[in-house]
Amino acid sequence: MKRKVALTVNGSRREDEVEPRLLLVHYLRDVAGLTGTHIGCDTSQCGACTVLVDGKAVKSCTLFAVQAQDANVQTIEGLADGDKLHPLQQAFWDNHGLQCGYCTPGFIMAGVYLLAENPNPSDDEIRKGLEGNLCRCTGYVNIIKSVKDAAQKMGATKSAGTPVTAGGD
Amino acid sequence: MAVSQMIGAKIHRREDPRLVSGHGHYVDDFNQPGQVYASFIRSPYAHAKITSIDLTEATAAKGVVAVYTAKDFQGQIAGTHPTVAGFAAEKKTVPERFPIVSGEVTYQGEIVAVIVADSSYGADDAANLVNVEYEVLPAVMDLDEALKADSPKAHIDLADNVGWDITMVPWEATEAGFSSAEVVVKERIHQQRLAPTSMETRGILADYDTFDKKLTIWMSSQNPHFIRLFVGGAMGLPESSVRVISPDVGGGFGSKISPYPEDYLVPATSRLLGRPVKWSESRTESLQNVTHGRGQIFDVEVAAKRDGTLLGMRVTQFLDLGAYHGTFGAFQACACVMAGGAYKWPMISARTVGVLTNRVPTDPYRGAGRPEATHLCERMMDRLALEIGMDPAALRRKNFIQASEFPFSQNFGLVIDSGDYEKSLAKAMDIVGYDALRKRQADLRKEGRYLGIGLSTWIELCGFGPSGLAAATAGFALVESAQVKIHPTGSVAVYTGTHSHGQGHETTFAQIVADTLGVPYDQVQIRHGDTNEGPGFGFGTYGSRSLAVGGMAVRMASLKVVDKAKKLAAHMLEAAEEDVVFDQGKFHVKGSPENGKAMGEVAFASFGGGLPEGMEQGLEAIAYFDPPNLVWPFGAHIAVLEVDPDTGSVKFEQYVAVDDCGNVINPMIVEGQLHGGIVQGLAQALFEDVAYDPESGQLRTGTMLDYTIPTANEIPILTLGSTVTPTPVNELGVKGIGEAGTIAASGAVINAITDALSPLGIKHVDMPASPDRLWKQIQEAKAKSSSSANGGGAQA
Repeated sequence: MKRKVALTVNGSRREDEVEPRLLLVHYLRDVAGLTGTHIGCDTSQCGACTVLVDGKAVKSCTLFAVQAQDANVQTIEGLADGDKLHPLQQAFWDNHGLQCGYCTPGFIMAGVYLLAENPNPSDDEIRKGLEGNLCRCTGYVNIIKSVKDAAQKMGATKSAGTPVTAGGD
Repeated sequence: MAVSQMIGAKIHRREDPRLVSGHGHYVDDFNQPGQVYASFIRSPYAHAKITSIDLTEATAAKGVVAVYTAKDFQGQIAGTHPTVAGFAAEKKTVPERFPIVSGEVTYQGEIVAVIVADSSYGADDAANLVNVEYEVLPAVMDLDEALKADSPKAHIDLADNVGWDITMVPWEATEAGFSSAEVVVKERIHQQRLAPTSMETRGILADYDTFDKKLTIWMSSQNPHFIRLFVGGAMGLPESSVRVISPDVGGGFGSKISPYPEDYLVPATSRLLGRPVKWSESRTESLQNVTHGRGQIFDVEVAAKRDGTLLGMRVTQFLDLGAYHGTFGAFQACACVMAGGAYKWPMISARTVGVLTNRVPTDPYRGAGRPEATHLCERMMDRLALEIGMDPAALRRKNFIQASEFPFSQNFGLVIDSGDYEKSLAKAMDIVGYDALRKRQADLRKEGRYLGIGLSTWIELCGFGPSGLAAATAGFALVESAQVKIHPTGSVAVYTGTHSHGQGHETTFAQIVADTLGVPYDQVQIRHGDTNEGPGFGFGTYGSRSLAVGGMAVRMASLKVVDKAKKLAAHMLEAAEEDVVFDQGKFHVKGSPENGKAMGEVAFASFGGGLPEGMEQGLEAIAYFDPPNLVWPFGAHIAVLEVDPDTGSVKFEQYVAVDDCGNVINPMIVEGQLHGGIVQGLAQALFEDVAYDPESGQLRTGTMLDYTIPTANEIPILTLGSTVTPTPVNELGVKGIGEAGTIAASGAVINAITDALSPLGIKHVDMPASPDRLWKQIQEAKAKSSSSANGGGAQA
């Protein structure tokens, strides 16, 4: 039996009839048509499906769509301001923070929350802040660099820490 | 010749804006009107006989469209699973494999039935209603046991579990070396099974058009043309009626090369139903059914003089094939061919034994045979250095193939194109501060602290392949194709037969084309992954081949276009062709650069009238590049870490990698490949292990909670350096770098751990070197040394 759910997704109010057991990630992908949020595991380890629910980073496979009643959900598609990428999106591009790109939306959404909580994180704080997200391509080096770069560009005032990587010639 | 502006430049990837904004298109993002959803019923047992299948409940369930078992696919899918020669051409036993089984299941996860329903949740619900009865059979899990005459067999009708047993070079060939040796070191080295674990699992959407009898498959694949060949062939469809689209792919690492049972079953189900059918692999299905990498045991002996002169090596590889041969699984036997590493050996004896077990098949995973070879060779170098009391760097330097000796041929007949192993090692030692580290290590040892320094001076064979060699090993030439088309208004469309799934070909190949054609980079678009475009066949991406083979095909097709454009430009300039030069993207008559014709102008003219006599309209070309040899990148990695003897945990101090892939098209992408590769290699060294219950064959690591790929919190700081030794094998001077990090890293990490623990008498550590394994080994070593101090025998 289907139930009604009403929520705001990327600034637009919507109402849908869904199965009570429908996961939020499937709602976003299959009902709302927002396929930028990805699925990488069945057990909430990988973080590929991370979105913001009322400003907090949430793995959208851990919620039923009906639990998001009246919530404000932001997905990767809602992050850029028109053609202007969010500083984190831009930083991932500038720092080669992605390869296959599959985990990237989840990392960026987790990064948005991390920087909202801690605008100038150290390398260690970035590592810990992103440990709920898995990447198999980058070895995380440039992901950490990207988040650090975004933090600086977003106007952090504290001094920068040590670089993540050195060398190359 | 066009000026080189883009090649070598750090160009930010043009793939990224769509991928960082959620506008990528991965296979699960595709849907077709009227599609239904497949779910597979799989064997819960490693080895069993199916005694009955009851579909009554499942068929009656709400939303179920169809339930199929093996008999329904008779006449739909023909032939057995393809298996290539690889480096083990003469296989003894190749069990027949069908995508769906009716009698005997031989690994956990093998498919016994297919449910199709009108929703994915509904298909999964109904899958639970299929009742299959099994008679459980003993599972063959241990390689040593599997080779005993009285072992149960992985398939009940087998005479033994030997898939192949090939002596590549007999033991007699190294007899002289071993009989004159002053020292012989022996080791058994395990390579645990690994799950490739691309973040995107597999997925297929198949749409068979019953009227036109045409099949379209969207899937996550590293080589869509091979899928078209295999699946079209099995379904009795000509390749011209099958279109395979592999869109944005969320990582592969070798696991999306070979065809899988679902690749046949989903399209065949679409044909049976006349409707589009979609299947998305769950992570548990992926860990259970995607081919695993490694899964090998090596028995290695090295003969040497006490001064470090190498006299010979004997290596036996026992390779866990799984229940069937992987399509490219025999490629992993190249570990034997590569066992000598960067060193000169009078002779190497090698034998490879492929063992059938009741696990999912093994197949190439990032490096495929070369990480295993490097690990065993680098481990044995350290093992020997410890035995003769020589510094591991000095032992390596003494035996390196020297820069002046290339091209260099080893006893397996392969020719190493180029290298300078001393240079990369010297640079890595300089960056890491090797001499100072050794002094600090000695000081720390006096304090009872265990600092270890591990070297891995790796080499790789990649860029498959010369058509002769590749045809012998793969049954196919493994050359690469490209098509370059210039449209009337000057934009350039390029199709490459390789496939990018994170490697950034849309960017790097455009750099090559822009330079070669002398057109703006933004005018060049690179396309791949759709078999309806481009030349007749593409060979795909694996084995670090894309740039060295595919990039060269792109370059050659571009050069063909330049050749034709030059003829036309000469005609337009009313000059003889030999008087026309191509420079800065323009054709002009020698001495008159002011009257040039840009490529775009020539392209427009090529679609007009008044062409030179005999010239056809258009400006486009197809090229196939067949490299004259493989390419051989190399480098030196040094891991510095400390082992806590009380907990067995490992803490990195440094990880330095100096790698050489010849000329570099885009240094940012090369570094990215190295970062990811190194972390996969050190993950094998420290964390990852596909574990099965040794009795029942149940997979114990079926989720990401149990199969632990590293997080951002577990990686060391990586310091990269490079040297540049261009290959003479291709005009661009490029070698592959996709697998390098993974090939090098496990040896560096395990050598560092072994080096750290050597004061305890520990000479070898197996992978993964988890805290519990190290702690136990440390405790045993301490107990042994205290018992020997109390009058026990001296340590061997």
